[in-house]
Amino acid sequence: MTDIAATALPVASRPSRRDIGLKKRYAAEARFRMYGIAAITFGLMFLAIMLGSIVSKGYTAFWQTTITLPVTFDPALIDPQDKRASDPSVLVKANYDKIAQQALAAKLGINPGDKSMMARLKGILSDSGRIQLRDMLVADPSLMGRTVEVSILASANMDSAFKGQIDLSVPEARRKVKDQQVTWMNQLAAEGVLTKQFNTGLFTFGASSRPETSGLGVAIAGSLYMMGIVLVLALLIGVAASIYLEEFAAKSRLTDLIEVNINNLAAVPSIVFGLLGLAVFINFLGMPRSAAVVGGITLSLMTLPTIIIATRAALAAVPPSIRQAALGLGASRMQMVFHHVLPLAMPGILTGTIIGLARALGETAPLLLIGMVAFVADYPATPLDPATALPVQIYMWANEAERAFVERMSGAIIILLVFLMAMNLTAILLRRKFERRW
Amino acid sequence: MSPYIAFALVIAVGLLACFAGAFRARAVDGGSIKAHSRPQYHGAWAMLLALLPATAFLIVWSIGSNAFIDKHVEQAVVNHSGESARIDSMMVKSLARAVRVLDKAPPATMAELSPLLAQKNITLAPNTVDYMIPIAVEANSLTRQLGWTGGLIALAIAGLGAVWGVRQVAVRQRARDKVERIMLGALFSASTIAILTTIGIVLSMLFQTIAFFGDVSPWSFLFGTVWDPRFAAAGSGGSQGQFGLIPLLAGTLYIAFVALLVAVPIGLMSAVYMAEYASSRVRSLVKPALELLAGIPTIVYGIFALVTLGPWLRDISAALAGGYPFIQAQSILTAGLVMGVMLIPVVSSLSDDIITAVPQAMRDGSLGLGATRSETVKRVILPAALPGIVGAVLLTASRAIGETMIVVLAAGVAANLTANPFEAMTTITVKIVNQLTGDLEFNSPQTLVAFALGITLFFVTLAMNVLALAIVRKYREQYE
Repeated sequence: MTDIAATALPVASRPSRRDIGLKKRYAAEARFRMYGIAAITFGLMFLAIMLGSIVSKGYTAFWQTTITLPVTFDPALIDPQDKRASDPSVLVKANYDKIAQQALAAKLGINPGDKSMMARLKGILSDSGRIQLRDMLVADPSLMGRTVEVSILASANMDSAFKGQIDLSVPEARRKVKDQQVTWMNQLAAEGVLTKQFNTGLFTFGASSRPETSGLGVAIAGSLYMMGIVLVLALLIGVAASIYLEEFAAKSRLTDLIEVNINNLAAVPSIVFGLLGLAVFINFLGMPRSAAVVGGITLSLMTLPTIIIATRAALAAVPPSIRQAALGLGASRMQMVFHHVLPLAMPGILTGTIIGLARALGETAPLLLIGMVAFVADYPATPLDPATALPVQIYMWANEAERAFVERMSGAIIILLVFLMAMNLTAILLRRKFERRW
Repeated sequence: MSPYIAFALVIAVGLLACFAGAFRARAVDGGSIKAHSRPQYHGAWAMLLALLPATAFLIVWSIGSNAFIDKHVEQAVVNHSGESARIDSMMVKSLARAVRVLDKAPPATMAELSPLLAQKNITLAPNTVDYMIPIAVEANSLTRQLGWTGGLIALAIAGLGAVWGVRQVAVRQRARDKVERIMLGALFSASTIAILTTIGIVLSMLFQTIAFFGDVSPWSFLFGTVWDPRFAAAGSGGSQGQFGLIPLLAGTLYIAFVALLVAVPIGLMSAVYMAEYASSRVRSLVKPALELLAGIPTIVYGIFALVTLGPWLRDISAALAGGYPFIQAQSILTAGLVMGVMLIPVVSSLSDDIITAVPQAMRDGSLGLGATRSETVKRVILPAALPGIVGAVLLTASRAIGETMIVVLAAGVAANLTANPFEAMTTITVKIVNQLTGDLEFNSPQTLVAFALGITLFFVTLAMNVLALAIVRKYREQYE
């Protein structure tokens, strides 16, 4: 029987394998996979290009060209009528520009009488040199008549030229640095007079209309004030609110309302918090404009939902057995929370707080509305004084026309990103180190 | 005595009460009866009794005395100049603040006073007049008197509270219960801050918006097609400018649409790849990198669009079209593209949660029937996750609509109505920033319109969030 069956089914007549489109389906599978890889690559590429372009534009901002000259505080120039004993304002009003120019001319071997050459010397040294020399002499009048080595910042154009950012093939009339100045620059550089040094001014100076003397000092101070306020307010209120909602609140209309509110606040656009700050804190409560305290409170309200959500998750992750053990040994609910649950939840709370702080540090829009877009040259002594913030300073530099400001702006972005990365890294490490699986 | 010093003293009294209470509680001997509360609770209770009423009194007193002095100054100014003078009384107040810095009684004329103040680096409004000096001096002495009175009363209250608290210490005293009740009250009031914030947001914007609608009809705001606020004509009456929402709303939605066009496919595909294909090593490398994208502040994206991407797109288009750039440096495309990239991690992390929430049994069933992975994703997982993904897209869209810094830097400020993605359009958030930066005069429609825009934005995003959360929650329940 089986033999017959075997011969009755000749191999040749077996129907060819039904076309179920496997090839097409596998091709579709491979394509789909490719789409996924392409999507991720696109995201990562964009990240790389963005960071790359910022770093390539900004790393030069950490160096600043300075010119070290022997400057003679010539009494004949500063105080020709010899009145400084009776009238100290002579020292303040003197023509320090000229002193600096002459020092430079002497270094380059130019005859001070040659007016056309002297005119071309202008624009090599920064205008800030004048103030620097003045402050030196006012602080120490015994310098009068002596010659001292002074490091003066080069002007922004010189700085750009020395860093090779100015295209020298452009016709001379259309660029800001003239051929003669370039020759001098190379001469000075060869003598070691003109050097690139680490740009401490970027971290210490306040706002300025000259790129070479503008820095992030005030912005960093303002941001630190605000972060301090956010840390205190948002952490205290956030943790207190989370403890109430997670550990004490009975399910009621009110607690439901609070929860819905927190979830919605987390998604409210940040600029709306700026409007709140402007209308309530500045207009209604009469707090000062541009002050770090208003910015801090506004950012605290903005960060609060993030911290509450993180804290509640951390509290909920503490196992009920801990609570039961504490209650069983006779602790009150309050003691249970503060002595046992809260310490165990602390790493999670801190991680959430740092992430919330990082978000607040990078936030710009609400600060624009409460007037932190301000030209602040002096450090804020208290949080009530006018200040700016890091991202706002970046925004203000983005609106400047001069090329040198773009460099500073990119440098400032690098600093901001380093801050943020440090914070996020701390959060990650904290989580790694203290994370507990129950 | 300034209220701050008074407050510091009150705190000192509170600390004293704390130590005294704890000390007394330790000394109390109940014989065979064990004390109800431990000593530190007795101390804390005494401290709270000392601190809370005194602090409350200080707050009320300093607000009240400030209002009183303001009224007094204003009255004096009105008596002098015979007209209502808000600005003058403000000048008197800053003068009073300046005079306080001097160690001696100020001279009678501004001519003598100004150089004295200049030495201390204080400059006053140039139109501060001589008659204000005595008023300022009087206001200062009044401030001093009120400060001393209030400070002393507050200290007395604190002292009484401390004594009362310390005297209450006894074996049967339920100090812990009382302290904990107050703590609970504090925790509860912290949790109401969220509600207060929402109320603050809505009310503050509502009042300004109502004031705005007093000048401009709601109809012409909501349906006007021309945005031309005319800053120069502020307050001059007559030509008031036009405040049409439509061009701004169109720009906002257009840019958000372009952003979603970028973010949703890319974010969704990367989430699918990460959840279904990637090995755990790739996952552990790529996921933090994508999260890094989410951690970069939006101003950095905006600057990248402004400084690098915008000019690059313009130059590319100029090269393509032979000289004439058809893409402007600030355009819908640039802003939408960059915002889309910013939103990729938002979409991908939200949809990652949703995709991993689809039960494994559904995957196994599909794969077991012979479907490839991509077919499983396309025919089983995505349909099952669809409601959740819709919710995620809505949440993302609300982020896109409320995003500010990218559009401020990359989208332009001209309120056009155009369908061409290569041109510039502006958004609601850009206009809020524009109307409110620089010097403002709080009562002109040019300023108030920002609040009307803000409340529009608030309600649009609120509606989207509520809807999205409802969808996501409903979906989550489906598989639990």
